[in-house]
Order: sequence, then C-alpha cells, then structure tokens
Amino acid sequence: MSDRSDFYRFVGTKGYIVSRPLVEAVNCAVALQRPLLIKGEPGTGKTLLAHHVAEGLGLPMESWHIKSTSKAAEGLYVYDTLQRLNDARFGEGDVQDIRGYIKLGPLGRVFAAEQRHVLLIDEVDKADLEFPNDILRELDEMRFTIMETGDEVVARERPVVIITSNNEKELPDAFLRRCVFHFIDFPEPPLMRQIVDVHHPNLDSTLLDQALIKFYWLRGQNELRKKPSTSELIDWIATLLRSGISQEQLEAHIPFLGSLLKNEQDTAALQGHEQQGGTVPKSWSDLGPRYNQ
Amino acid sequence: MFLDLFYGLREEGVPVAIQEWQMLMSVLERGMHDCNLLSFYNLAKACLVKSETYFDAFDRVFARVFHGVEGELNPSDELMEWLNDPKNFEGLSEEQRRMLEELDADELMRRFLETLAEQDERHDGGGRWVGTGGHSPFGHGGEHPTGIRVGGHSRNRSAMKVAEDRRFESYRTDVTLDTRNLRVAIRRLRHLTRQGPEDELDIDETLDSTCKNAGEIELVFRPERRNNMRLLLFMDVGGTMEPYYEPVSRLLTALHEERGLRAFEAYYFHNCIYERVGASADLYLKDAVPTGDLLRRFDDRWKVMIVGDAAMHPAELMSARGNINPRHESDTRGVDWLWRIREHFQRAVWLNPDPPKDWEYTRTTRVIKSIFPMFPLSLDGIQDAVTTLIGSRPSAPSILRH
Repeated sequence: MSDRSDFYRFVGTKGYIVSRPLVEAVNCAVALQRPLLIKGEPGTGKTLLAHHVAEGLGLPMESWHIKSTSKAAEGLYVYDTLQRLNDARFGEGDVQDIRGYIKLGPLGRVFAAEQRHVLLIDEVDKADLEFPNDILRELDEMRFTIMETGDEVVARERPVVIITSNNEKELPDAFLRRCVFHFIDFPEPPLMRQIVDVHHPNLDSTLLDQALIKFYWLRGQNELRKKPSTSELIDWIATLLRSGISQEQLEAHIPFLGSLLKNEQDTAALQGHEQQGGTVPKSWSDLGPRYNQ
Repeated sequence: MFLDLFYGLREEGVPVAIQEWQMLMSVLERGMHDCNLLSFYNLAKACLVKSETYFDAFDRVFARVFHGVEGELNPSDELMEWLNDPKNFEGLSEEQRRMLEELDADELMRRFLETLAEQDERHDGGGRWVGTGGHSPFGHGGEHPTGIRVGGHSRNRSAMKVAEDRRFESYRTDVTLDTRNLRVAIRRLRHLTRQGPEDELDIDETLDSTCKNAGEIELVFRPERRNNMRLLLFMDVGGTMEPYYEPVSRLLTALHEERGLRAFEAYYFHNCIYERVGASADLYLKDAVPTGDLLRRFDDRWKVMIVGDAAMHPAELMSARGNINPRHESDTRGVDWLWRIREHFQRAVWLNPDPPKDWEYTRTTRVIKSIFPMFPLSLDGIQDAVTTLIGSRPSAPSILRH
C-alpha cells in the first residue's frame, strides 16, 4: 500500500495553474499507472500539462506527436530496411547485425530507458481509427517484442503516459477503459486570473478586469465560429501591454481583435455589431448573472 | 449506495464496466479521495466516465445517489463508540491489523461514507481517523472525531454543488443538434470513410517488403483512400421542418465539401415523398425530378437518409391523391413511394427531429417507422443511423402493423 503522501505528488508548477479535479486526475493516473487521457477545447493547455507534470514530478519527458499518417508501430520501433539494403549493396556498416537497423520510437525509448519518463502522446485522435487499439497492449503491459530480432523490450519503470485528444475522432471503448479521463473545462474567471498572472505578473488589475470582461463577453457570443481560448487571451494581453493602450480605449471597444478572433466572418460579425451601435460591456454585471461577483 | 452509482450510470447509458469500477476501488483503497466527497466526485468521474458527453449523466446520477450525504449521514453508534475508546487506538494485534486491511469492498464503502459524513469540508491535515481501504484505521491520536467538523472553511465548492450544477449539460449527445454539436457530428459521419477495394499501390510498404525480400519485388496494395460512400438525402422542408432545415443542410453540405463522401445528392419534399421530389429546397415545380428517375439513376450502392418529422395527416400518407399540394395529385400513395425507396435502396434510414417518445402517438410516424429504421436527429441518433447505413447486413424492414 502506498502512502497517501505518495499519491499527492503533482501539485502544479509555477508556470501552470491547475484546477483541483485535474490535479486529482493526474495523481490518480500516476498512482494507478494508467494512461491519463486529456480532452478539452483547443488552447486550454492540454499539451502543456504533460511538460509541467514532467517538471513537477522531476522526470524526463518524451513526446510523440501524432499525425494522420502515424502508425502505432512507429512508436515502438522502425526497422530501417532501406538503410540495410543500401549498406549491403555498398558494403558499409554491419549488415549482419539487424539490431543496428532497429530504431526505437518514442514509446520504445521510454520503455528501454533506465529512468521513469513522462510520455506525451499528443493528439491521438489525429491518427487512423485503429491507432489507439494498436498501442493498447503495449500501454497495458508496457512491453513489446521486436519481431525481427525476437528481443523483448520491457519497461523497467512504467512511464507516466499522458494522452491528449481534440475530439476529432471517437476513441475505441477498450482504449478508453484503460485510461483515466479528464476533460479540461474552460477556466472560470477566478482561475483565469491566476493563469494570466502566471504569464503576466503584476498586471494592473483594472486592465486585467477589462480584458477579462471583453474576453468572456466574446466567448459568450454564440455567432462566433471559433471562440477565443486561453492562449489567445494571453497573447492579446501581451499585445495590449506592448501597445500601451489606455484604460479608456480598452473600456469602450476591443482593440487588436486579430489576436482574439482568427476567422474573417467572426471579425466581420463583430465589426457589424459595433457599426450597428452595439456596445461592448464595461463591467462584470453587464455580462449577466453568471459572472456577477 | 456505491453500487447505486455504478448501476445508475449504466442505466443512464454511460458505458461503465467492471474494469473501471475496479480502477475506482483501487483508488479508494489508496485513500486518494482524502475522505472528502468532492475529491471522491473528481476521482469517480476521472475513473468511470471517459467522455465529456457523459458528464451530465454522471452529474445527475451522482446527485441522485449522494443527495443528502454531505453532512447528514451519521456514523453508526458502534463505530463512534469504538473510536471514542482510546484503547482501540493502540495495541492492535498483527492479526487484527491484517483483518482491517482486508476490509471487503462493502465495508470499505460503508466506512468511506461514514468518513464523508464527518469530514466533507476538510481537505487535509490530521484526523485520518477512519482508514479507508487498508490504511491503518487508527489515525492520529487524541483527535476527537466529532471535533473535526469544527473550523476550516470550504475553499472548494462541494461535490454536491458541482454535481447539481450540471455544467456539462451542453455536452450531452442525446439532445438535438445545435451548432456546436454539428461539428462533432460531421466528424462522426467521417467514420463512414475508409472503405473500399485494395487497389492502390502502397509505395512505402512495397519498398519495405521488397527490401525484406532481399530485392525481389513485392507489390503491396491498400484500400483506396477516397471512400465509396454515396449518400442520397431526402429532406422534408415543409412547415414544421423549417427549424431543422438549416442545421442539417449545413451539416451535409460541409460533409460533401470535405470530400468525405464519394457522391452526395440532396432532394427535397414536403411531408411525404410522392412521384416528384424537388431538386432545390424551395420546391419549385420546374426543378422537380420524377422520383422514379432517381430510382433508375441510383443503384443500391447508394445509402439513403431521409430527414423529416414523419408527422402528417394520415391521408397524405395512406390515400391516393393525398399530396398536400393539390396540383400534384397522383394515384400512387405516399406510403407506396416510401416502400419503393426502401426496397430499391438496401440501406435507408429516417432521421426524425421529433423526440422519440412522441413517435408512438402519431399514426403516420408509426407507419413510417415500420418502413424505415428511424432515429432521432441528434448526435447519438445520427451515429446509430450511420452504423445502420454502413452495417454489414441491411436490417429487414419490420412488418407493417395496423
């Protein structure tokens, strides 16, 4: 039985603010040695989480960024037949030793490593439908066999596996069953203040208030095709700071819209709103009861 | 009570299996819930629910099962007595200790609940006086169990409040499509893709195999990436269907533009399909296409999706000359046209924007439901409809009931 103090290992890092459910999900996954599946809107810091879990736990990290062409086998190892053929023809290298042509992939490297790693499998939903099923056994048993040599790679230390998904494809049930799941909900204003504070410390509180009011108001507009996310807010605030814009200007309208809205129609819709005499809110109470503090 | 949560979730259609349940149990055994209902709520959610679309169901079940647990449940007198007696805190024999560590799940849960009753607002610090799951049950000495409740404000919202808030309602999938759900639905329909004969040369694999073959050329083929799906859409655009026209047509147009389908054709009708369907949504007479032509042009490789509320006057469906538009009278009944479509195209589904509970109350809906497999126009419904469309065997039409 592990001690409870052992369980509460990850508490967030200086550069990354986590909500309590997320901390608990992370620690749950770490303790159970199960993969942690993270979903959430783009820009809520899914990928960043893995980096900070690694930092928080003091473990090295390996990432495996999934693309639509990624195959499960690539994560384990690649047998470079072409190189071997080439070497055989030109008499270079030790062609007899197949092991020299086996290159471990991210998953393979993490298993083979001496030290416990954090493994990020980023955007698992980008890959083919069968992809998650193909790494199921490897993630479960933390071992695999290299077919060409018969060598078995067994994880000395079960890595902390963090998997992110953007919901582009449905993941198979068998895969989901093995994961601890967390959905990163969009941060509420108080948490958002903390997050902004990490990136822009000592920000003037009136400015922050105004920025957040505009930001949450924008997000509340249903017509928008792409709602601005946390990372866009942080960029936008950086722009605001650098331009040295005045409080009054920020109060009346939304400057540098380009860093918040990434879609022409959205920008046009907002301009239309302003031209028709629509106003943007100036205080939290303008946003409705949900944000009344 | 804990099993109520498990079965409650299953009843709500959340796919929870024993494996996940064991996962949660082993988390509880390690005492990770920290004797706190909110932590328990978070952990249970992380372990049991694997999609945000089920968060709302989870919240509902959790609120139902644990309603009133916080601060109301009294620990049993027996346990209180035992705890109050300081003798129990020391000198447990090895055997007793082992016994305590081997508490079965029920006992574990009972104790956990009792702990919750006392400690729902405290997050950390002393007084782990009831171990849950194998921890030593005699916690820090001297702390009186009833004293724990005193002091310490809740810094977090309580689990019940979180659960009762149901903030994830908008992620439910059994509600009718709104703009947000639409995008996900499109992706679901893309599951239809990757099918077809193995007729494309896979260069990489061919190279690999050839190399492995010591230079003997070996060709490897793979299925064509362009998919084979042909979808024929019939859409009811009359009166009651007005609110649904926009989302559905946007959905399917987007699908077509994404080249998710090999071919896509859309036709429109009002209430029921007769001898002519409209090629445009405004149903202009000059654009009308004979339904019979469609049956000739499209073979049974085409999948048919009909979107409509199936609710009309019975005569519009069941009698000759039933067409709602008096200029379009003909001798063939609407229901016969529907049967023809059903028989010509092996795979056809009907998507109905009305909630399924209303279907039985409308006579025409009942009839149409016996002709086409009918699904609600929601994410879940579309997914089921898609499964039916690409399923290995077309489902036999059920016999007409009158």
